Amino acid sequence: MRHLLSTRDLGREQAIELLDIAEDMAAVQQREVRKLPTLRGRTVVNLFFEDSTRTRVSFEAAAKRLSADVITFSAKGSSVSKGESLKDTAQTLQAIGADAVVVRHQASGAPQTLATSGWIDAGVVNAGDGTHEHPTQALLDAFTMRRRLHGDASRGRGLDGARVVIVGDVLHSRVARSNVWLLDALGAEVTLVAPPTLLPVDVSAWPARVGYDLDAAIDSGPDAVMMLRVQAERMHAAFFPNSREYSRTWGLDDARFARLPRTTMVMHPGPMNRGFEIAASAADSAQSTVLEQVANGVSVRMAALYLLLSGEREEAA
Amino acid sequence: MSRTLIRGATLVDGTRGDLLLDDGRIAEIGSVTDAAGATVIDADGLLALPGLVDLHTHLREPGFEQSETVLTGSRAAAAGGYTAVFPMANTSPVADTAGVVEQELRLGEDAGYVTVQPIGAVTVGLAGERLAELGAMAASRAKVRVFSDDGLCVWDPLLMRRALEYVKAFDGVIAQHAQEPRLTEGAQMNEGALSGELGLRGWPAVAEEAIIARDALLAEHVGSRLHVCHLSTAGSVEVVRWAKARGIRITAEVTPHHLLLTDDLVASYDARYKVNPPLRTAEDVEALRDALADGTIDIVATDHAPHPAESKECEWDAAANGMVGLESALSVVHEAMVETGRFGWADVARVMSAAPASIGSLAGHGHALEAGAPAELALYDPEVRAEFGVGSLAGRSRNSPYLGSTLPGRVVATFHRGVPTVLDGQVRPADEVAGGARG
Repeated sequence: MRHLLSTRDLGREQAIELLDIAEDMAAVQQREVRKLPTLRGRTVVNLFFEDSTRTRVSFEAAAKRLSADVITFSAKGSSVSKGESLKDTAQTLQAIGADAVVVRHQASGAPQTLATSGWIDAGVVNAGDGTHEHPTQALLDAFTMRRRLHGDASRGRGLDGARVVIVGDVLHSRVARSNVWLLDALGAEVTLVAPPTLLPVDVSAWPARVGYDLDAAIDSGPDAVMMLRVQAERMHAAFFPNSREYSRTWGLDDARFARLPRTTMVMHPGPMNRGFEIAASAADSAQSTVLEQVANGVSVRMAALYLLLSGEREEAA
Repeated sequence: MSRTLIRGATLVDGTRGDLLLDDGRIAEIGSVTDAAGATVIDADGLLALPGLVDLHTHLREPGFEQSETVLTGSRAAAAGGYTAVFPMANTSPVADTAGVVEQELRLGEDAGYVTVQPIGAVTVGLAGERLAELGAMAASRAKVRVFSDDGLCVWDPLLMRRALEYVKAFDGVIAQHAQEPRLTEGAQMNEGALSGELGLRGWPAVAEEAIIARDALLAEHVGSRLHVCHLSTAGSVEVVRWAKARGIRITAEVTPHHLLLTDDLVASYDARYKVNPPLRTAEDVEALRDALADGTIDIVATDHAPHPAESKECEWDAAANGMVGLESALSVVHEAMVETGRFGWADVARVMSAAPASIGSLAGHGHALEAGAPAELALYDPEVRAEFGVGSLAGRSRNSPYLGSTLPGRVVATFHRGVPTVLDGQVRPADEVAGGARG
């Protein structure tokens, strides 16, 4: 794998291979010494144009457990108008000798621009770009679902027939986009539930059912309900009347949570707005996978870095 | 003054003839026998077109000379077969006073490649708050007749009404950049299936169509002339068609890129394809071609918008809007309209020369090639087909969406006031052109 930019162009085989490698990485996490020598001497740069402590720390842990050297480059607010350009930053990293660049950027497509511009030879991992994609989040979500559904028999399997409901601000969510493509590739059935204002105008080509009624989706007894974070800035931009109405209509509150089958996974990419899109009772329940998602994130990101930096490139050399 | 004999050119009606250019005019056309002292150009197989007129150009001077100057933009225009351009007012300072438009006029005269006919701003500083000195610009040496806040929409309906009314005093026209600002805040590309997938903020068609509809009704109410810049959607075509049928004095332009390119190019996140209004869908492109063919859209205008490399070599959101277009416009219209069978060459001459000169009230341009007409013309080889490369660009900036693609045709020569500005496909040196224009 040269880059990991999106789940849109990740095939089923490739996705399952990555998830299986993540299983191996997870097994390592159970050992006393949780470190592999695989990427010794390799340099992974975490290039974050946007704050995200959670994602950055997860990638850092992943790289370090593979014995890579990790450099964190925080370039918040950087853009042509505000300071150093993406191009200059990329060329700086090239000069430093980066083997892989993990990039988080507020602009959709920035990782693709980085990967295709010729400014840098390193492999690029998209750690979230604008409102476009967040592929490692979708992969860790899929990993988490697969483990809950199939346990130790997960290897080699997809998510065929699993019914997943994704709820909330789909319009601005890179997590939702990456999940829609990946879950479809893995054979799951996706339903998106959101206020009409928080859906893109034309999702007819997306491999997902789309609805506005969370209660109907809850009562269909899905295998997983994934609640998306609603950013504070949406509250004041006329996407919905106010937070109370949103919460009442599209929040996973106590009553809705109680109606879910006990086997339904409750997922959230974090950080959660407790009491708004998700009630504490749901977030802290045994059905909640929130902390598993965080733990699995490290394994999945180890797998991604492993695929990027070993294998094919060594064969090519 | 130079005498030039163009031998054996094909005219837009398909006939062949010689053209004798003398003292800035076409002295003779047809079979010219006496051409003593004239430079002879063999135009066998070449099409003679009236010099092209661009009603929508950005020359960037004063203020943004790193992107383009009047001189470099004039060279780009000549390379594309143009003999007149109308530079938009979004310079720095803004062309909102007689002083700035006269400066642009003079810079154009000094360069000598084309007639530079400035467009004046509608509002002071393009701020959309109060009218610029429209009358002073009209009465200035630049004789401004076209006013536009292009780049920004004259959004305030009352201000738009007043502007439309006021310019009636000197038969001016308001050229509106139709973009509802609230509906397009932070917009990055055409709003549709693809914008949702790419996570780029959408620019909905309705934001253009709603303003055109409003302005058409305003123009009808006050009996004024309205010109719509860079119309880009199928719905806008319907609105303009309706307005024309109603007798409203409305004209419309389409850019070459909206006639050829579609929004799927944006999936590359390559900022060369970032432009405002954005590239639309294939259905829109078809509707625009049909509308240009049936006269609903009156003209092709380039919206030539030069930008330095760093404004395009960056993430999509940070990139500047715009494409250079003067050098490629004729070839693109050739591909989109002539090769698809919608247009003959007389139609091309109408939408790229006669009609824009008429809308802009520009004397000395847009005439059919006939004895006594001003010697403003281009020779075009319609038979070649070649890769459009950096070498095809003659301005200061390289932000063309066509680099690396193959386009039909090539401008072989351009004459402005009888002086060659392009010969053998090469833009002639600045000193020779400036000297020729003065002589």
